[in-house]
Amino acid sequence: MYIGIDLGSRTVKMAVWDGERMVDYQIAESGFEPHRQAEKMLSAFTPTAVVATGYGRHLAAEYFADGVITEIKAHAAGIYHHFPGCTTLVDVGGQDSKVIAVNGAGKVSNFQMNDKCAAGTGRFLEIMAGSLAFTLAEFGAAALASEQEVQINSMCTVFAESEVISMKNRGIPRAHIARAVHSSVADRLAAMLARLGYGEMVAFSGGVARNPCMVALLQQRLPEVLVVVPKHPDLTGALGAALHAAKVC
Amino acid sequence: MSSFEIKPYPEVWQALDMDVPRFDKMRLMMGDMYAKAFLGQPNRPAAMTYFDNMIAEIHGGRVKELLAAKAEGRPVIGTFCVYIPEEIVLAAGGICVGLCGGSQGSVPDAEKILPRNICPMVKSAFGFKAARICPYFQAVDFVYGETTCDAKKKTWEILDTMVPTYVMEIPQCKNPRDIALWNEEVKDFKAKVESVAGKTISEEDLAGAIKVMNNKRRALQRLNSLRHHNPTPISGKDGLLIEQIAFYDEPVRFTDQVNSLCDELDERIRQEVAVPGKGATRVMVAGTPMALPNWKIHNLVEGAGAVIVNEESCIGTRYFKDLVDETVTGMDTMLAALTDRYKEIDCSCFTPNNERISQVVKEFRDSKAQGIINYSLQFCHTYNIEEIRIRQACEQEGIPYMFIESDYSPEDIGQLQTRVEAFLEQIGE
Ligand code: SF4
Ligand code: SF4
Repeated sequence: MYIGIDLGSRTVKMAVWDGERMVDYQIAESGFEPHRQAEKMLSAFTPTAVVATGYGRHLAAEYFADGVITEIKAHAAGIYHHFPGCTTLVDVGGQDSKVIAVNGAGKVSNFQMNDKCAAGTGRFLEIMAGSLAFTLAEFGAAALASEQEVQINSMCTVFAESEVISMKNRGIPRAHIARAVHSSVADRLAAMLARLGYGEMVAFSGGVARNPCMVALLQQRLPEVLVVVPKHPDLTGALGAALHAAKVC
Repeated sequence: MSSFEIKPYPEVWQALDMDVPRFDKMRLMMGDMYAKAFLGQPNRPAAMTYFDNMIAEIHGGRVKELLAAKAEGRPVIGTFCVYIPEEIVLAAGGICVGLCGGSQGSVPDAEKILPRNICPMVKSAFGFKAARICPYFQAVDFVYGETTCDAKKKTWEILDTMVPTYVMEIPQCKNPRDIALWNEEVKDFKAKVESVAGKTISEEDLAGAIKVMNNKRRALQRLNSLRHHNPTPISGKDGLLIEQIAFYDEPVRFTDQVNSLCDELDERIRQEVAVPGKGATRVMVAGTPMALPNWKIHNLVEGAGAVIVNEESCIGTRYFKDLVDETVTGMDTMLAALTDRYKEIDCSCFTPNNERISQVVKEFRDSKAQGIINYSLQFCHTYNIEEIRIRQACEQEGIPYMFIESDYSPEDIGQLQTRVEAFLEQIGE
């Protein structure tokens, strides 16, 4: 049995691979010490090998992991497992977003990440949901249902937030603003994809791919391609790490 | 290793009207940074001791040499760009020091005056003067700036209120009429240096200075080609460090030391000593200069187990790839030969700049690198835009390529580490 563990900025994700399929998984808050959280999650298992990925990967290697790979490689491996023919992938996590080009064998051939700024990440959506008094689940649903939208011009989280506040104070319905926030993220992802280039199928992974409005808006911006989402999009990195463990350890 | 210290010279600093307590703190921080980044490296060449010592003496020993020269009436001139002809300063018996700033520490001082959204190198250098925390800045007779980029040329107007600042007009194109103007600027520079030195530069003086500078460039070229050997006999960090020290050390002594290091490296190649180890991924960096103590990218790349084998940068090959013709005689012809050599530098401030695109690919091949990291300082428009053409050239040539835009602050280290590691994974697959 092989375990992949993804120590992300917001959550720790674990995928258990028995050589043929994912037999178990867990997701928990990262907490102050993500590696302790990870150790707790691992304690019920006796794996052949553990491979860590995500922001806490090197810390994990100090404590328990047998190997580390970056999130980029892990997501590519996870998506290759779900959609072997897919050559492009978008991953939007808590604190960054990336677009990755994969060759026919599931290897990374190119990638781009967002800059220092949080705009276009899960964290950005969370902050905006908060300032519109939505829970995250309501936020995506409300945006999806809204037929109208306004335009958010700012690319910076701080400025976008003040733009949202001034819209609220102009009496614009919050669902319209919610839609605008989602659109601004989708525009950003589409721009990153345009720079990188993409194939006929684009896989969307990471926690933000669970947001139905984000998926719909990304699909809308890429009418000529098929946007696909794996069953547990937030586990893609952990699964990729587990697959890597099975391959090399 | 823990015994390393950048030596304090409080009396010297006091005499230079520096902010001594503040500077002393920066000295300690830089010493720690240096010890951590450099001294623990495995398999370091023994000849690096000289360069370690140049860092230990950076805030005193070398400054005293500058002050001694000044006491003899020799000019000490600060510059910010490799387009300023050092030969002329040397020919007048003077000393040229590079004042580019590579430290986050002085950026907040600059931001009290300058806009925040300009290049960190300009801010860092300006902050060193504004806060009186750089002995070199305090020691120079004057500063010679240039019109290469907007951030610099407008900053000179403000800097001039703190230290006399002269400006050389560097054109933006390389047509014959631009070169003619440039040549006039070189002559003006000579006149200015002569007036400060109180002497006329003879043909012999200039011929001697041209030889000294060419020999320095030859030594750096030799070091660079040794780094191209596979496996490489010296780390990229040490290579960059030497290129940085080139901007403030005494040129003849520096040349000798680089040559002895190269002798040692020759020997290492014969004995197959590899740094950091055989099979390490070889990376080349291209882009904006990395001024002391900016070791950010090198720390990340070499911390991840790869090795940097070439810097296509002004603190790198742009500084030493071209030589001045030593065969010409007659003052005017010699000055024209200088202009000719300096116009070969392919800074992105020029348009068109096709030479640089092919130069990057050439250095990639020569250095037997496996990938290119193109690095641009934040808000440097010309390098940031030229990135597009470098990227296209790399795509066309099938060269693994990554672009990093960053400044001196540590906040993006985590993200950059991920990107660098993913790039190395990509090259390795
Ligand atoms: S990058 Fe351009 S402006 Fe800067 S030092 Fe080099 S030649 Fe001068
Ligand atoms: S790095 Fe760019 S912006 Fe900064 S000084 Fe050099 S040319 Fe100007």
